[in-house]
Amino acid sequence: MPESLPIVEMVGISIAFPGVKALDGVGLRLFPGEVHTLMGENGAGKSTLIKALTGVYKIDDGEIRIAGEPRRLGGTADAQHAGISTVYQEVNLCANLTIGENVMLGHEVRGAAGINWRATHRAAGATLAKLGLGHLDPRRPLATLPLALQQLVAISRSMVAECKVLILDEPTSSLDANEVEQLFTVIRGLRDQGVAILFVSHFLDQVYAISDRLTVLRNGRFEGEYRTSELERAQLIAKMIGKDLAVLKSLDAKESRRVRTDEAPLYAATGLGRKGAVEAVDIELHRGEVVGLAGLLGSGRTELARLIYGADRPDTGEVAVDGEPTEITTPAKALAHRIAFSSENRRDEGIVRDLTVRENLVLAVQARRGWARPLPRREQDAIVAKYVSALGVRPADPERPVRLLSGGNQQKVLLGRWLATDPEILILDEPTRGIDVGAKAEIQEYVADLADDGLAVLFISSEIEEVVRQSDRIVVLKDHRKIAELEGGPGVSAESIVTVIAEDGLGDPSADTAVREEATT
Amino acid sequence: MSANAHGPAEALKGLVRRQYFWGIVAIALLLLVNLVKDPGYLAVTIGSSGNLVGNVIDILRAAAPIVLIAVGMCLVVATGGIDLSVGSVMVVAGAVSMEFLSGAPDTLGSGLAAVGLVIAVSAALGAVNGVLVSVVGLQPFISTLVIMLAGRGLAKVITGGQNTAATNESFRWIANGHVLGLPVVFLLALLLAVAMGILVRRSALGLMLEAIGMDAKAARLAGVNRRALLLTVYVLAGVLAGLAGVFATASVMTVDVSRTGYQLELDAILAVVIGGTSLAGGKFNITGAVVGAILIATLDKTVVFLGVSSSATPAFKAVVIVVLCLLQSERVRRAFRQRRAAAARPAEREAVAA
Repeated sequence: MPESLPIVEMVGISIAFPGVKALDGVGLRLFPGEVHTLMGENGAGKSTLIKALTGVYKIDDGEIRIAGEPRRLGGTADAQHAGISTVYQEVNLCANLTIGENVMLGHEVRGAAGINWRATHRAAGATLAKLGLGHLDPRRPLATLPLALQQLVAISRSMVAECKVLILDEPTSSLDANEVEQLFTVIRGLRDQGVAILFVSHFLDQVYAISDRLTVLRNGRFEGEYRTSELERAQLIAKMIGKDLAVLKSLDAKESRRVRTDEAPLYAATGLGRKGAVEAVDIELHRGEVVGLAGLLGSGRTELARLIYGADRPDTGEVAVDGEPTEITTPAKALAHRIAFSSENRRDEGIVRDLTVRENLVLAVQARRGWARPLPRREQDAIVAKYVSALGVRPADPERPVRLLSGGNQQKVLLGRWLATDPEILILDEPTRGIDVGAKAEIQEYVADLADDGLAVLFISSEIEEVVRQSDRIVVLKDHRKIAELEGGPGVSAESIVTVIAEDGLGDPSADTAVREEATT
Repeated sequence: MSANAHGPAEALKGLVRRQYFWGIVAIALLLLVNLVKDPGYLAVTIGSSGNLVGNVIDILRAAAPIVLIAVGMCLVVATGGIDLSVGSVMVVAGAVSMEFLSGAPDTLGSGLAAVGLVIAVSAALGAVNGVLVSVVGLQPFISTLVIMLAGRGLAKVITGGQNTAATNESFRWIANGHVLGLPVVFLLALLLAVAMGILVRRSALGLMLEAIGMDAKAARLAGVNRRALLLTVYVLAGVLAGLAGVFATASVMTVDVSRTGYQLELDAILAVVIGGTSLAGGKFNITGAVVGAILIATLDKTVVFLGVSSSATPAFKAVVIVVLCLLQSERVRRAFRQRRAAAARPAEREAVAA
């Protein structure tokens, strides 16, 4: 493809929010007749960058050039005026209007006596036909269309505004495979008409299927711009998570493995799933074993953990605890089965900030006993004494509101709360996120000790190395599916997990060469 | 509960730090104002039948129903909710008991039956609130607003729009009787408030309610059964409001379908706030709610005693309550402290003045 002039050029864009630098010197180029994908984990700054381009956020530093001219975008109207249209993840249309009204909203054909509805609907029909949607009747209510077609109508709507740049923010997240293909046909058609398209998706397969060029962001920084055909999947993932492939390879896999002490699993789920969260997953947890959940952010790790705990209600699947078939639909039921779950969202779903350390520690135990059987103060003090010292909670003042403790110590209190319930299965979702190195090491060590004592631990972390180090067995998730289960051992490293994620869906399990071949052709 | 006093001095210090301390100060001030107007205001004499008689006793009697609804409201507010229906539950309770007693013989049995009936009906109304909030998931404001509007209508339907009156000596005794010279209503209200206080603080109910009010998501993940607890709390609030309705109607043995319990939900909310419980939910204080209820009753009586015209009464009440809320506000107190500290530095004299 000839290197034409970019229609949009963003240079050195920086945006700071109170306390965080959301974007730091990020660049982005969009070329006419090209599909450009913006890649990065959740929180890498993709949405912020899009909002800068659509005029929602004001940029603190940097320049946006459209068709070679520097532009100040003071709002979404400015961006639209400059020919930039956006279709968001949630369809922003009026379900109670007709298809034609939605397409033409704000661009109605006006005659001498107000809006000429016949001409308006005719124009709408013509726009739809351009996208291969000529079979839709513009006079039908939008609500009669399935979501995927509504999405296409939203795209048609942006075409009416003579757009030169089309931004699609996760357009495929709620579509099935056929609908995605339909959407891609439309996108390719637009591309061939010379529209520059910015595409955002978490689904690697789709990214490789549709895009010509990639820009990778990480932690608000620009990692690089690549031709899709020149970047291997494994390299892409390595760039997204910010680890060199070589480094990933060199990280030692764990040497010693715990020997499974029981034959039958303590917890076994088959086909456990929930629409929109996790596709049917089989998972087993054994006593004395740490199972790690690995996958990129947004791959369904937390969602799976929540299903196991009953924090979200599973739609499908059968669960057996200790061989007994059961249903776990609420956290209270999970606790009754001696399953405990420490949420990744410590602030909002973990500690109760205004309660004291003691109250936070005993909360789950007390909840299981019910309010009518209060835990005697002596037993409360025993629990507090045990976990404050075992976990090294500092300061060791049980009557201090927990919000006054540091993040790491709050996490320890939370861990203590779950351990106080004497669980057999402990689910830890990002137990080491956002805490200092010392506290992190203490918690990691404690988790290992727990498994040695016979607990079944499900360990989730976005740091793949940490998962590898902690786990005896690793379940790999991608795009809300389980794609592999690896027995831990010298052969498993962060790098090998990345390879598994990268190669999934390529149809050829035979390693790197296949990827390279496909990518270069 | 937390501060164990090691002597009267410390106990006093602990009291001053409590939010409801200002409520107690306000009660004292109002009584002082009344005392200035009539030096004999605080006099309590022994009446003809050996009972204590006096303005203070009247205030306690009037405070009884407010104490009950304030305690119920306090628990609901702790969960982050609100119960606007307490006043309407009161009038339904009054209507039910009066209708029942007007057709029943004047015996102790029918008096007790009337109270039992009130408890059942008000528990049912509370349960409707509870189900709407916890199972259906409506906002407490809307759910209880529905019962607030429907309740008064229901009361009118029960009495056929009449202000039904009845005679039953034992039922009347609840409001007008005396034990140890003190009015039974107040003793009952105090007893119920103490019983509720013990119930929530000796069981884990208080902790659970606070956890829900502070962070519903975290509480759910900790296995707290939010649904059952909310249902329990709204039923408790309903029953307490029903008993408050008995108190309010038994004194005159007539239910006034348009006036009984009218707008008392607002008094209850004020009492709870004065008592130091945040409407945002979380930490609650039942003692504070009782103090708040007594303050409201004192205020009502003072307004009448000072002869403030009835049209200006709400404004007078509002002024007192705004001043009180300002005094309690952390911000205002901090501003005062800073001024005092600033004044203390240049000259000691000014500090005293501040």
